[in-house]
Amino acid sequence: MRKRDLVVIGAGPAGMAAAVLAAELGLDVTVLDEQVLPGGQIFRGVDRVSASRSKILGRDYTDGARLTQDLRQSRIKHFSGAVVWAIEENFRISFTHEGRGAQINADRILLATGALERPMPIPGWTLPGVMTAGAGQILLKQSGIVAQDAVLVGSGPFLYLIATQMVGAGTPPAAVIETQRLRDMIRATRHLGGALRGWPYLAKGLKMISEIKRARVPRYTGATQIAIEGEGKAAALTFIHKRQKKRVACKTVYLHHGVVPNTHAARSLGISHRWDAGQVSFVPELNPWGQSDVAGVFIAGDGAGIGGAKVAEYAGQLAALKVAEELNCISISHRNRVAVPLRRALAREMAVRPFLDAAYPPFEEALSPSDSTLVCRCEEVTAGDIRKYARLGCLGPNQTKAFARAGMGPCQGRYCGLTVTALLAEANGLSPDQTGYYRIRAPLKPVTLGELAAMDNMSEGPVD
Amino acid sequence: MNNASPFLELESGPRVDITWDGKPLSLPDGANLAAALLACGIEVFRSTPVSGAPRGPFCMMGACFDCLVEIDGVTRQACMIEVKNGLDIKTINVPRAPNA
Amino acid sequence: MESDYTIIGGGIVGLSVGWGLLQRGRTVTILDGDDGSFRASRGNFGLVWVQSKGMNQPRYAKWSQQSAEIWANFANEISDNTGKPVPLEQNGGLDLHFSEASLDSTVQQYEKLKAQLGGDYPYEVLGHNALRRAEPHIGPKVIGAILHHQDGHANPLKLMVALAADVRRLGGRVVSGKLVTKVTKQGAFCITCTDGTSISSDKVILSAGLGVAQLGPMMGFKAPIRPQRGQVLITEKLPKLINRPSLIARQVDEGGIQIGATNEEVGLNDRETQPGLSGLAAEAIAAYPALARAQLVRSWGALRILSPDGLPIYQESEDMPGAYLVTCHSGITLAAAHARLLPDWLESTNAAPDLEVFSEQRFAVS
Repeated sequence: MRKRDLVVIGAGPAGMAAAVLAAELGLDVTVLDEQVLPGGQIFRGVDRVSASRSKILGRDYTDGARLTQDLRQSRIKHFSGAVVWAIEENFRISFTHEGRGAQINADRILLATGALERPMPIPGWTLPGVMTAGAGQILLKQSGIVAQDAVLVGSGPFLYLIATQMVGAGTPPAAVIETQRLRDMIRATRHLGGALRGWPYLAKGLKMISEIKRARVPRYTGATQIAIEGEGKAAALTFIHKRQKKRVACKTVYLHHGVVPNTHAARSLGISHRWDAGQVSFVPELNPWGQSDVAGVFIAGDGAGIGGAKVAEYAGQLAALKVAEELNCISISHRNRVAVPLRRALAREMAVRPFLDAAYPPFEEALSPSDSTLVCRCEEVTAGDIRKYARLGCLGPNQTKAFARAGMGPCQGRYCGLTVTALLAEANGLSPDQTGYYRIRAPLKPVTLGELAAMDNMSEGPVD
Repeated sequence: MNNASPFLELESGPRVDITWDGKPLSLPDGANLAAALLACGIEVFRSTPVSGAPRGPFCMMGACFDCLVEIDGVTRQACMIEVKNGLDIKTINVPRAPNA
Repeated sequence: MESDYTIIGGGIVGLSVGWGLLQRGRTVTILDGDDGSFRASRGNFGLVWVQSKGMNQPRYAKWSQQSAEIWANFANEISDNTGKPVPLEQNGGLDLHFSEASLDSTVQQYEKLKAQLGGDYPYEVLGHNALRRAEPHIGPKVIGAILHHQDGHANPLKLMVALAADVRRLGGRVVSGKLVTKVTKQGAFCITCTDGTSISSDKVILSAGLGVAQLGPMMGFKAPIRPQRGQVLITEKLPKLINRPSLIARQVDEGGIQIGATNEEVGLNDRETQPGLSGLAAEAIAAYPALARAQLVRSWGALRILSPDGLPIYQESEDMPGAYLVTCHSGITLAAAHARLLPDWLESTNAAPDLEVFSEQRFAVS
């Protein structure tokens, strides 16, 4: 089977920018992406969005069409609807495409797998009607549907963004219930120097907050004891605000307290990760080119650590430069020359992050949920179960996986992994690094046995 | 559009016929299946094989596996499927564990 | 003296033996590895199996039979003690065949073994139609099967949970995250771990899975153990599809179908591979065609702990009397024997089972 110079997994900003630049520099590039259209989650559906929706979603979103257009115009092979389920040694990549198993080989790989919403296990979070805020925005971007009288819960500027977009769509949220406290903001001011370098973000944030206020959407900050009530589906949200119990009736709840790198593919390759205390998540160990400690594998975009769309674009290009240089398409001096402005732009974009991380920390109650709260949605394992198995000697998440089944379901631990690590670290008095994370194996996403069997003794991939 | 749905469709386009557990539904052609079902008032997509608890779409990006439905005998993520005419969808409802 | 016994290895073998010793009033410390250790106990296929074992060594067949016979009683006891269920089904198991030739030759071997066991080898041959009545989802390529009535399967992870809980309830001390580096004997045994922990006891049992290969020679054992990779698949939870377990597939109590397993000599590589998974999927679909539509949810490679002839090793050290090597590939099947029968051998009581054929004497000095 022919070996591609570079296979990019994920067609969000990092993947698209990397693929386009690498192709321009002469590399044979293939992009594999799960979605029907390129753009990732941030620019989801941007190529088909209507004019009225564009207006609601704003320039930061429609700007993504610049990247999808470049991707289409280049001589990149782009497989949409391609679900990668295994990446093996020598970079044999197995994926599902059009209902069949396919395989390609790669010389270099760029993982541009983006972010996931940080799991927010609170009582009732598995009820129908409770979704991630990202899901709410995807509904708007891709499908043009918006929730009426939704309640937005958690922390972070993304809540303001989706709230203003909902206001713009004529369906303002019933309430925005925020978990960050005044003391978080005060603590964040020590990062204000950096934040001022990222002043356009701060200006945008303040503008969004005033828009929400103007639309008379009630905002509560410092909320605690948040729970979702409902028989069979979400009916109301309860919380404590200024020592008073509040209840807001609602059919839709959007949860958000930050996003975290989607590290599944990277972990399946054995790439080292470390705990990032600022981002409260694991991030892969990378050099400034996005190169991992597994030879030939690069990571760019939010999967490398949360930075947002612009950072993803620059980081994708930096990785492309390094790959092009390694494969002798450009010289080291060419690489370095092009990298200089990219690094400068990247640093500027990252400047605001420490401030945002400090001002909008994850919701503490969801990092260490009450005993009865489900943490593993698939196998329905509670926080109390994890604590109980810690007492039975489980030091790490692979042991609680065996003991409690947490992480064994179809989502493969994507929405319980960080919680289980945090619970075990807390119970055993160890750090997240000492506690570790799930061993991720194939299939990265479920695949039918029929499809697998059809690949038995496959000498050539059906794809080319 | 269905009044029972908490979701509002901002735009409209050509619709096609599908079945949901045998019940006919008219959904926008080419739309995201999970989104289209939500918009026509379906909030509960399945019940879990562990406790039988109801579930609906959660992440809308193919990661959480809560929006599972059965199409042609195969479990699929509704949020990763496009609506097309004649789609025959079954819900995955009963606790499926043989000993449950 | 910290305890009567230190058991190096907190997998199913170590926990089973430890449980048995605790039942007899012995004090036991179990040293368990960390989250990333190779753990056959959480990677195995969960069979409580008799057929095909000990084809060349009837004593092994008999030992497996003895364990299978008392397994339910053992499982019930730890389950009652802890309130943690240990799902077990012993309604027989199937050896599926895709050709008359392979079926015939297996039957011939079983007949020979049956005679050596004095006739205690209750199996029957099912032709395709009889098999189809027993397994409605069986595929047309399966020409028949051997149904062995002493076979069954369990949930090995729930066994581990219940054992871990009951060992503690009985006063066993289980210390996790310990990697043993050295075992010495000066009167008492002294066991040293990487983190500097040192533990002493009267006796030591080495049941550290693949770790036996490093620690064994230090304690006077040959310990000729090697890893053999088995890849295993598990599907989404499905309605009842398979009644009896086979070496190809079984439906676990939670509903998933577990499909096994490859036999690969690849050293300590425990990764899963697409060719491995595809081959297993193809075989499982040949056996049960409906599986073609099932979603594979998880797969893994786990490392079997094999001696040269595949049989267990039970050996007291000659250099360090009081040190015992207890290792096997069938920790689930033999869990009941290890818990109920092996302690008599360790304690040299009158009831000690004759385990001479499982000593290291059988391995030629190289």
